Amino acid sequence: MPILEGRGVTRYFGGLAAVSDVDFQVEQGEVLGLIGPNGAGKTTLFNLISAALAPRSGSITFRGKEITDLKPYQICRMGLARTFQTVKIFGNMSVLDNVLLGAFFGGEGRIASADAAEAAASALEFVGLAEAAAIPARDLTLANQKRLEVARALATRPELLLLDEMMEGLNPTEVNRAMGLVKMIQDKGITVVMIEHVMKAIMSVCGRIMVLHHGAKIAEGTPQEVSTNRTVIEVYFGERADASDS
Amino acid sequence: MGMKKTTSKRMFTFGLVLLILVLAACAPLYAPVYTVILLTSILMYMTIAVSWALFSGPTGYISLASAAFFGAGIYTSAMLGKALPLPLVIVVGALASFCLALLVGALTLRLKGIYFVMFTFGLVELLLHFILWWEVTICGTTGRVVPPAGNATVFYAMLIILVILVLTVFIIRRSRYGLALFSIGENEEAAAHAGVYVTVLKIIIFAVSALFMGAAGAAMATRWTYIDPRIAFNPLISFMPVLMAIFGGIRPLYGPIIGAAIFTYLEEFLITRFPYYYMLIFGIIMVVAILYMPDGLVGLIQRLWKGISGRKHADT
Repeated sequence: MPILEGRGVTRYFGGLAAVSDVDFQVEQGEVLGLIGPNGAGKTTLFNLISAALAPRSGSITFRGKEITDLKPYQICRMGLARTFQTVKIFGNMSVLDNVLLGAFFGGEGRIASADAAEAAASALEFVGLAEAAAIPARDLTLANQKRLEVARALATRPELLLLDEMMEGLNPTEVNRAMGLVKMIQDKGITVVMIEHVMKAIMSVCGRIMVLHHGAKIAEGTPQEVSTNRTVIEVYFGERADASDS
Repeated sequence: MGMKKTTSKRMFTFGLVLLILVLAACAPLYAPVYTVILLTSILMYMTIAVSWALFSGPTGYISLASAAFFGAGIYTSAMLGKALPLPLVIVVGALASFCLALLVGALTLRLKGIYFVMFTFGLVELLLHFILWWEVTICGTTGRVVPPAGNATVFYAMLIILVILVLTVFIIRRSRYGLALFSIGENEEAAAHAGVYVTVLKIIIFAVSALFMGAAGAAMATRWTYIDPRIAFNPLISFMPVLMAIFGGIRPLYGPIIGAAIFTYLEEFLITRFPYYYMLIFGIIMVVAILYMPDGLVGLIQRLWKGISGRKHADT
């Protein structure tokens, strides 16, 4: 049984179908890449899964349970955490407090203060921000702010993590570190769905890739299959691009 | 060593607070009546400013509904003052405001920014005119007489309310819910996606802050003896705590306390010395405060302190 499954997921903005009739399945333990040109509906799909937006039709199930009508905090507490494309950290709070918040509120049931502190510390350690625990989050570099978001999400003890363009705006060294982090998260047994434009990262980290275009799913498969898929190449490079490519 | 230093500092703060509290508690024994009444006003504004800052400080939702909750307490006192003893009147006034805030919060806390501000202010006018209509058409009067309590009684009632409030705020701020309130002010969406039940937390804390405003209103009403809707729902009560909290500093717990103390005293001082220009001077002080003390008086002192102690340790 897939850990996350969507059937006929649809959302309109005015007359525009941002996500239209998309079916998807995420298997336990995999890293699924979600790619597509700008405006393809990738972030909208994340927003629908995490309940930032309500779908117009279709249903989404997580671990076999229907989550379509739940609130964002409920989805987080069920074990489905996310990060944001434009970082949404608590800038005036310390790095540690950012993560503590996730530890306190993101898990199922009430957690003891000592356990939350431990969870927060180990999440910071995991993403490599333990040294920065006491400084205000706004003083971190962009790369570290993105790591902080990951740490906050991990502190909620998720089973599935949605990463929205974690590598956007990072330099090559930082991209390599971020790729390493995704692999470490997978090794922890956490399933990952990631939106990404950095092809190098997608190709080496993801076991499977799903391609969206104009809100519809146009391809799905291994990195190899997707990168040689004719429709995908047309969408990304225009119809005659393959001719000049060879 | 750092540990030891913070402990001794904490002991010092605790001792200082205790000393001020004892001095204040004994005020009716040695101070003239005028001072006791002035101190009661200061305690009242401290209570409103601290409860305002409990919710609006961390979340950034600027509420102008303080006068509505304060007025609800006043009217409870006016209606039940003859039937019940003062402590019970205060408790009922507090609960009335609490329930009102739960209702209002559920309706308005999905509004953001300026819309929330305007709605909360509209609430004061709405209640004012509703009570006015009620009194005129149903009861056939506009004003009510509140059974007076002695100056010292009101003073002690306000002191107890303030102490309970400060302890409550202290506990909330240090708890996980304090952290959650700050996260809402920083980024509400991220807080929700990190598992915070944003709506319910906002409504409950909003209602807790209203609880203390209602208690203060119920206690203070006994000092005014005559009230009518325009006295009870005075819009100034909505603006003063905001100004006091900004003047003192919104973030630290003692900011609104200091702001309320200085502001109330300043108002009294200016009104007696410069009865014709007092509003003008008051306005100028406020403008200067906002321009030059963005973190309030407390922020200014902290900055100066850092400057002094920073220089002292410059060689280490």
